[in-house]
Amino acid sequence: MIERREAVAEILKDRTENLLVISGLGSPTYDVAAAGDNPHNFYLWGAMGGAASMGLGLALARPDARVLVISGDGEMLMGMGSLATLGARAPGNLALLVIDNEAFGETGGQTSHTGKSTNLAAVALACGFRFVLTAHKQSDLAAMKQLVLEETGPVLGVIKTGLGELPRVLPERDGHAIRNRFVTATANRQFGESK
Amino acid sequence: MRAGAFSFAAGDWRSGVYTAMKRQNVQQMAYVPDAGHASLIMACHADEDIGCTVLTTEEEGVALLAGADLGGQRGVMLMQSSGVGNCVNMFSLLKSCGFPFVTLVTMRGEWAEFNPWQIPMGQTTEETFKRSGFIVYRADTGEDAAAMTSSAVQLAYDSNCPAAVLLSQRLIGAKNF
Repeated sequence: MIERREAVAEILKDRTENLLVISGLGSPTYDVAAAGDNPHNFYLWGAMGGAASMGLGLALARPDARVLVISGDGEMLMGMGSLATLGARAPGNLALLVIDNEAFGETGGQTSHTGKSTNLAAVALACGFRFVLTAHKQSDLAAMKQLVLEETGPVLGVIKTGLGELPRVLPERDGHAIRNRFVTATANRQFGESK
Repeated sequence: MRAGAFSFAAGDWRSGVYTAMKRQNVQQMAYVPDAGHASLIMACHADEDIGCTVLTTEEEGVALLAGADLGGQRGVMLMQSSGVGNCVNMFSLLKSCGFPFVTLVTMRGEWAEFNPWQIPMGQTTEETFKRSGFIVYRADTGEDAAAMTSSAVQLAYDSNCPAAVLLSQRLIGAKNF
Protein backbone atom coordinates (compact mmCIF):
# COMPACT_ATOMS: atom_id res chain seq x y z
CA MET A 1 0.00 0.00 0.00
CA ILE A 2 1.29 3.42 -0.92
CA GLU A 3 1.42 5.94 1.93
CA ARG A 4 -0.09 9.16 0.57
CA ARG A 5 2.07 11.72 2.28
CA GLU A 6 5.29 9.98 1.35
CA ALA A 7 4.05 9.63 -2.21
CA VAL A 8 3.22 13.33 -2.57
CA ALA A 9 6.57 14.22 -1.00
CA GLU A 10 8.32 11.98 -3.50
CA ILE A 11 6.47 13.55 -6.45
CA LEU A 12 7.38 17.07 -5.26
CA LYS A 13 10.92 16.28 -4.15
CA ASP A 14 13.49 18.45 -5.93
CA ARG A 15 10.72 20.29 -7.74
CA THR A 16 11.74 22.72 -10.43
CA GLU A 17 10.87 26.40 -10.21
CA ASN A 18 8.51 26.22 -13.19
CA LEU A 19 6.18 23.84 -11.32
CA LEU A 20 2.96 25.46 -10.11
CA VAL A 21 0.83 23.32 -7.79
CA ILE A 22 -2.86 23.63 -6.95
CA SER A 23 -4.07 21.37 -4.14
CA GLY A 24 -7.67 20.25 -3.66
CA LEU A 25 -9.38 20.77 -0.33
CA GLY A 26 -8.83 18.39 2.55
CA SER A 27 -5.99 15.93 2.77
CA PRO A 28 -4.33 16.83 -0.55
CA THR A 29 -3.81 20.37 0.76
CA TYR A 30 -2.23 18.92 3.93
CA ASP A 31 -0.11 16.51 1.87
CA VAL A 32 1.22 19.29 -0.37
CA ALA A 33 1.93 21.52 2.62
CA ALA A 34 3.69 18.66 4.41
CA ALA A 35 5.97 18.21 1.41
CA GLY A 36 7.23 21.74 1.95
CA ASP A 37 5.48 25.08 1.82
CA ASN A 38 6.24 26.93 -1.40
CA PRO A 39 4.97 30.22 -2.84
CA HIS A 40 4.28 28.35 -6.08
CA ASN A 41 1.59 26.36 -4.25
CA PHE A 42 -2.05 27.43 -4.27
CA TYR A 43 -3.92 25.67 -1.46
CA LEU A 44 -7.66 25.22 -1.79
CA TRP A 45 -9.70 24.99 1.41
CA GLY A 46 -13.06 24.88 -0.35
CA ALA A 47 -14.44 25.24 -3.89
CA MET A 48 -14.90 21.49 -4.03
CA GLY A 49 -14.92 20.25 -7.60
CA GLY A 50 -13.03 23.25 -8.92
CA ALA A 51 -9.38 22.24 -8.63
CA ALA A 52 -8.99 20.80 -12.13
CA SER A 53 -10.76 23.75 -13.76
CA MET A 54 -8.59 26.16 -11.83
CA GLY A 55 -5.55 24.29 -13.06
CA LEU A 56 -6.83 24.60 -16.61
CA GLY A 57 -7.19 28.38 -16.39
CA LEU A 58 -3.70 28.68 -14.94
CA ALA A 59 -2.15 26.31 -17.48
CA LEU A 60 -3.68 28.26 -20.37
CA ALA A 61 -2.47 31.54 -18.94
CA ARG A 62 1.03 30.25 -18.21
CA PRO A 63 2.21 28.02 -21.08
CA ASP A 64 5.76 28.53 -19.80
CA ALA A 65 4.95 26.69 -16.54
CA ARG A 66 4.05 23.12 -15.65
CA VAL A 67 0.77 23.04 -13.73
CA LEU A 68 0.09 20.12 -11.40
CA VAL A 69 -3.27 19.76 -9.66
CA ILE A 70 -3.14 17.38 -6.70
CA SER A 71 -6.57 16.42 -5.46
CA GLY A 72 -8.58 13.63 -3.87
CA ASP A 73 -11.09 11.23 -5.32
CA GLY A 74 -14.07 13.00 -3.74
CA GLU A 75 -13.00 16.39 -5.06
CA MET A 76 -12.33 14.97 -8.52
CA LEU A 77 -15.64 13.15 -8.60
CA MET A 78 -17.48 16.39 -7.83
CA GLY A 79 -15.76 18.01 -10.80
CA MET A 80 -15.86 14.99 -13.08
CA GLY A 81 -17.39 17.04 -15.89
CA SER A 82 -14.24 19.14 -15.87
CA LEU A 83 -12.33 16.12 -17.17
CA ALA A 84 -14.36 16.50 -20.37
CA THR A 85 -13.52 20.21 -20.45
CA LEU A 86 -9.80 19.55 -19.93
CA GLY A 87 -9.78 16.80 -22.53
CA ALA A 88 -11.44 19.07 -25.09
CA ARG A 89 -9.03 21.94 -24.36
CA ALA A 90 -5.99 19.68 -24.05
CA PRO A 91 -3.26 21.94 -22.67
CA GLY A 92 0.10 20.19 -22.91
CA ASN A 93 1.38 21.65 -19.65
CA LEU A 94 -1.38 20.39 -17.33
CA ALA A 95 -1.30 17.31 -15.11
CA LEU A 96 -3.79 16.01 -12.57
CA LEU A 97 -2.81 13.73 -9.72
CA VAL A 98 -5.61 12.11 -7.73
CA ILE A 99 -4.77 10.71 -4.31
CA ASP A 100 -7.45 8.06 -4.26
CA ASN A 101 -8.32 6.49 -0.91
CA GLU A 102 -11.71 5.43 -2.28
CA ALA A 103 -13.41 7.32 0.52
CA PHE A 104 -14.58 10.70 1.75
CA GLY A 105 -11.81 10.91 4.30
CA GLU A 106 -12.73 14.24 5.87
CA THR A 107 -16.29 13.29 6.69
CA GLY A 108 -16.05 9.91 8.32
CA GLY A 109 -14.52 7.72 5.64
CA GLN A 110 -17.67 6.93 3.70
CA THR A 111 -16.90 4.83 0.62
CA SER A 112 -16.70 6.95 -2.53
CA HIS A 113 -17.59 5.98 -6.08
CA THR A 114 -13.99 4.97 -6.80
CA GLY A 115 -14.35 2.39 -4.03
CA LYS A 116 -17.33 0.94 -5.82
CA SER A 117 -17.30 1.26 -9.58
CA THR A 118 -15.67 4.41 -10.96
CA ASN A 119 -12.21 4.27 -12.55
CA LEU A 120 -11.03 7.88 -12.81
CA ALA A 121 -8.09 7.06 -15.07
CA ALA A 122 -10.45 5.37 -17.52
CA VAL A 123 -12.80 8.35 -17.36
CA ALA A 124 -9.95 10.75 -18.15
CA LEU A 125 -8.78 8.59 -21.03
CA ALA A 126 -12.29 8.51 -22.43
CA CYS A 127 -12.37 12.31 -22.18
CA GLY A 128 -9.30 12.64 -24.39
CA PHE A 129 -6.42 12.82 -21.90
CA ARG A 130 -3.15 11.85 -23.57
CA PHE A 131 -1.80 9.59 -20.86
CA VAL A 132 -3.15 8.12 -17.64
CA LEU A 133 -1.62 5.87 -15.02
CA THR A 134 -2.85 4.24 -11.84
CA ALA A 135 -0.24 3.46 -9.17
CA HIS A 136 -0.91 0.66 -6.70
CA LYS A 137 2.53 0.10 -5.23
CA GLN A 138 5.61 2.01 -4.24
CA SER A 139 7.56 0.90 -7.29
CA ASP A 140 4.99 2.62 -9.54
CA LEU A 141 5.88 6.06 -8.17
CA ALA A 142 8.89 6.70 -10.42
CA ALA A 143 6.70 6.27 -13.49
CA MET A 144 4.03 8.43 -11.84
CA LYS A 145 6.51 11.21 -11.21
CA GLN A 146 7.63 11.04 -14.83
CA LEU A 147 4.01 11.17 -16.00
CA VAL A 148 2.83 14.16 -14.00
CA LEU A 149 5.99 16.24 -14.36
CA GLU A 150 7.24 15.43 -17.83
CA GLU A 151 4.71 13.94 -20.22
CA THR A 152 2.75 16.11 -22.61
CA GLY A 153 -0.64 16.83 -21.09
CA PRO A 154 -3.31 16.64 -20.30
CA VAL A 155 -2.35 13.68 -18.16
CA LEU A 156 -3.98 12.14 -15.11
CA GLY A 157 -2.38 9.95 -12.51
CA VAL A 158 -4.19 8.09 -9.77
CA ILE A 159 -2.35 6.97 -6.66
CA LYS A 160 -4.30 4.32 -4.81
CA THR A 161 -3.78 4.74 -1.09
CA GLY A 162 -5.30 3.67 2.18
CA LEU A 163 -7.73 5.40 4.46
CA GLY A 164 -5.77 6.49 7.49
CA GLU A 165 -5.73 9.55 9.70
CA LEU A 166 -2.49 11.45 9.35
CA PRO A 167 -1.48 14.50 11.34
CA ARG A 168 -2.92 17.57 9.66
CA VAL A 169 -0.33 19.94 8.30
CA LEU A 170 -2.14 23.22 7.94
CA PRO A 171 -0.81 25.84 5.54
CA GLU A 172 -2.08 29.41 5.23
CA ARG A 173 -5.88 29.53 5.28
CA ASP A 174 -6.44 33.13 4.25
CA GLY A 175 -7.29 32.95 0.55
CA HIS A 176 -6.26 36.54 -0.09
CA ALA A 177 -2.84 35.83 1.39
CA ILE A 178 -2.44 32.62 -0.63
CA ARG A 179 -3.41 34.37 -3.85
CA ASN A 180 -1.21 37.40 -3.22
CA ARG A 181 1.79 35.26 -2.37
CA PHE A 182 1.33 33.10 -5.47
CA VAL A 183 0.92 36.07 -7.81
CA THR A 184 3.84 37.96 -6.28
CA ALA A 185 6.09 34.92 -6.68
CA THR A 186 5.12 34.12 -10.25
CA ALA A 187 3.75 37.19 -12.05
CA ASN A 188 6.92 38.77 -13.30
CA ARG A 189 8.86 35.61 -13.95
CA GLN A 190 9.19 33.82 -17.24
CA PHE A 191 9.95 30.14 -16.85
CA GLY A 192 11.81 28.02 -19.34
CA GLU A 193 9.97 26.20 -22.07
CA SER A 194 7.62 23.64 -20.66
CA LYS A 195 5.69 20.81 -22.21
CA MET B 1 -16.45 44.90 -36.03
CA ARG B 2 -14.39 42.15 -37.58
CA ALA B 3 -12.96 39.43 -35.33
CA GLY B 4 -10.46 37.26 -37.18
CA ALA B 5 -12.45 35.41 -39.84
CA PHE B 6 -15.76 36.37 -38.25
CA SER B 7 -17.92 39.40 -39.02
CA PHE B 8 -20.88 40.50 -36.95
CA ALA B 9 -24.14 41.10 -38.80
CA ALA B 10 -25.00 44.75 -39.28
CA GLY B 11 -26.70 46.07 -36.17
CA ASP B 12 -25.60 43.21 -33.89
CA TRP B 13 -24.93 44.94 -30.56
CA ARG B 14 -22.64 42.10 -29.52
CA SER B 15 -20.04 43.68 -31.75
CA GLY B 16 -19.76 46.43 -29.16
CA VAL B 17 -19.42 43.90 -26.35
CA TYR B 18 -16.62 42.16 -28.25
CA THR B 19 -14.85 45.48 -28.82
CA ALA B 20 -15.13 46.25 -25.12
CA MET B 21 -13.60 42.87 -24.24
CA LYS B 22 -10.71 43.51 -26.62
CA ARG B 23 -10.06 47.00 -25.28
CA GLN B 24 -10.02 45.60 -21.77
CA ASN B 25 -7.47 42.98 -22.80
CA VAL B 26 -9.63 39.93 -22.13
CA GLN B 27 -7.57 36.87 -23.04
CA GLN B 28 -9.76 34.00 -21.86
CA MET B 29 -13.44 33.39 -22.50
CA ALA B 30 -15.33 30.46 -20.99
CA TYR B 31 -18.90 29.64 -21.80
CA VAL B 32 -21.92 27.44 -21.56
CA PRO B 33 -23.66 28.30 -24.82
CA ASP B 34 -26.75 30.39 -25.19
CA ALA B 35 -28.37 31.54 -28.41
CA GLY B 36 -28.17 35.09 -27.10
CA HIS B 37 -24.38 34.82 -26.98
CA ALA B 38 -23.94 32.90 -30.24
CA SER B 39 -22.31 35.59 -32.39
CA LEU B 40 -20.05 36.72 -29.56
CA ILE B 41 -18.94 33.12 -29.00
CA MET B 42 -18.13 32.78 -32.69
CA ALA B 43 -16.20 36.05 -32.68
CA CYS B 44 -14.11 34.95 -29.71
CA HIS B 45 -13.36 31.59 -31.29
CA ALA B 46 -12.19 33.37 -34.44
CA ASP B 47 -9.84 35.56 -32.39
CA GLU B 48 -6.38 34.04 -31.90
CA ASP B 49 -5.76 36.24 -28.88
CA ILE B 50 -8.75 34.97 -26.90
CA GLY B 51 -8.55 31.44 -25.55
CA CYS B 52 -12.04 29.91 -25.54
CA THR B 53 -13.15 27.07 -23.30
CA VAL B 54 -16.52 25.38 -23.56
CA LEU B 55 -17.68 24.15 -20.14
CA THR B 56 -19.86 21.26 -19.05
CA THR B 57 -21.28 23.37 -16.22
CA GLU B 58 -20.94 27.01 -15.26
CA GLU B 59 -19.14 26.45 -11.96
CA GLU B 60 -16.14 25.22 -13.91
CA GLY B 61 -15.88 28.67 -15.44
CA VAL B 62 -15.65 30.35 -12.04
CA ALA B 63 -12.68 28.19 -11.06
CA LEU B 64 -11.16 28.42 -14.53
CA LEU B 65 -11.10 32.21 -14.55
CA ALA B 66 -9.69 32.24 -11.03
CA GLY B 67 -6.85 30.09 -12.35
CA ALA B 68 -6.44 32.42 -15.32
CA ASP B 69 -6.11 35.32 -12.90
CA LEU B 70 -3.39 33.48 -11.00
CA GLY B 71 -1.60 33.31 -14.34
CA GLY B 72 -2.12 37.00 -15.07
CA GLN B 73 -4.87 36.80 -17.68
CA ARG B 74 -8.23 38.53 -17.69
CA GLY B 75 -11.31 36.51 -18.51
CA VAL B 76 -15.05 36.69 -19.09
CA MET B 77 -17.61 33.92 -18.70
CA LEU B 78 -20.72 33.81 -20.88
CA MET B 79 -23.77 31.98 -19.58
CA GLN B 80 -27.51 32.25 -19.29
CA SER B 81 -29.44 32.97 -16.13
CA SER B 82 -30.29 29.32 -15.51
CA GLY B 83 -26.55 28.67 -15.00
CA VAL B 84 -26.10 31.14 -12.17
CA GLY B 85 -27.51 28.78 -9.57
CA ASN B 86 -24.99 26.14 -10.60
CA CYS B 87 -22.17 28.43 -9.47
CA VAL B 88 -23.18 29.43 -5.96
CA ASN B 89 -20.71 27.44 -3.87
CA MET B 90 -17.91 28.12 -6.35
CA PHE B 91 -18.52 31.85 -5.91
CA SER B 92 -17.05 31.37 -2.43
CA LEU B 93 -13.68 30.93 -4.14
CA LEU B 94 -13.94 34.50 -5.44
CA LYS B 95 -14.89 35.96 -2.08
CA SER B 96 -12.46 33.89 -0.04
CA CYS B 97 -9.48 34.89 -2.16
CA GLY B 98 -10.43 38.25 -3.64
CA PHE B 99 -10.39 37.01 -7.21
CA PRO B 100 -11.63 39.30 -9.95
CA PHE B 101 -14.35 37.75 -12.09
CA VAL B 102 -16.69 38.92 -14.85
CA THR B 103 -19.69 37.18 -16.32
CA LEU B 104 -22.14 38.26 -19.02
CA VAL B 105 -25.52 36.67 -18.45
CA THR B 106 -28.31 36.39 -20.98
CA MET B 107 -31.58 36.61 -19.06
CA ARG B 108 -34.48 34.22 -19.33
CA GLY B 109 -37.64 34.05 -17.35
CA GLU B 110 -38.39 37.74 -17.18
CA TRP B 111 -39.79 39.18 -20.45
CA ALA B 112 -42.50 37.41 -22.44
CA GLU B 113 -41.02 34.08 -21.38
CA PHE B 114 -42.44 31.04 -23.11
CA ASN B 115 -40.90 28.36 -20.88
CA PRO B 116 -42.11 28.28 -17.26
CA TRP B 117 -39.04 26.31 -16.22
CA GLN B 118 -36.92 29.41 -16.83
CA ILE B 119 -38.85 31.56 -14.37
CA PRO B 120 -37.48 30.37 -11.00
CA MET B 121 -33.78 30.97 -11.75
CA GLY B 122 -34.39 33.99 -13.96
CA GLN B 123 -36.29 35.70 -11.17
CA THR B 124 -33.58 35.02 -8.57
CA THR B 125 -30.50 35.69 -10.71
CA GLU B 126 -29.87 39.27 -9.62
CA GLU B 127 -30.44 38.52 -5.96
CA THR B 128 -28.19 35.46 -6.14
CA PHE B 129 -25.37 37.54 -7.54
CA LYS B 130 -25.83 40.28 -4.96
CA ARG B 131 -25.92 37.85 -2.08
CA SER B 132 -22.71 36.33 -3.45
CA GLY B 133 -20.96 39.68 -3.32
CA PHE B 134 -21.18 40.69 -6.98
CA ILE B 135 -21.56 44.15 -8.41
CA VAL B 136 -24.46 43.78 -10.82
CA TYR B 137 -25.20 45.78 -13.95
CA ARG B 138 -28.32 45.41 -16.02
CA ALA B 139 -28.27 46.22 -19.73
CA ASP B 140 -31.49 47.01 -21.58
CA THR B 141 -29.82 48.41 -24.71
CA GLY B 142 -26.89 47.38 -26.87
CA GLU B 143 -25.04 50.56 -25.93
CA ASP B 144 -25.46 49.69 -22.26
CA ALA B 145 -24.19 46.17 -22.87
CA ALA B 146 -20.94 47.39 -24.40
CA ALA B 147 -20.34 50.13 -21.84
CA MET B 148 -21.20 47.91 -18.88
CA THR B 149 -18.94 45.12 -20.14
CA SER B 150 -16.07 47.55 -20.33
CA SER B 151 -16.82 48.93 -16.89
CA ALA B 152 -17.30 45.49 -15.34
CA VAL B 153 -13.95 44.18 -16.59
CA GLN B 154 -12.08 47.28 -15.53
CA LEU B 155 -13.72 47.37 -12.12
CA ALA B 156 -13.31 43.66 -11.46
CA TYR B 157 -9.64 43.54 -12.37
CA ASP B 158 -8.64 46.88 -10.89
CA SER B 159 -10.56 46.37 -7.67
CA ASN B 160 -10.39 42.57 -7.25
CA CYS B 161 -14.09 41.87 -7.08
CA PRO B 162 -16.70 39.93 -9.04
CA ALA B 163 -19.08 41.67 -11.44
CA ALA B 164 -22.00 40.51 -13.56
CA VAL B 165 -23.67 42.14 -16.55
CA LEU B 166 -27.25 40.98 -17.00
CA LEU B 167 -28.34 41.20 -20.62
CA SER B 168 -32.08 41.63 -20.32
CA GLN B 169 -34.45 39.33 -22.13
CA ARG B 170 -36.02 42.39 -23.69
CA LEU B 171 -32.63 43.19 -25.23
CA ILE B 172 -31.81 39.71 -26.48
CA GLY B 173 -35.37 39.05 -27.60
CA ALA B 174 -37.88 36.66 -26.09
CA LYS B 175 -37.63 33.11 -27.38
CA ASN B 176 -40.57 30.89 -28.21
CA PHE B 177 -38.73 27.64 -27.50
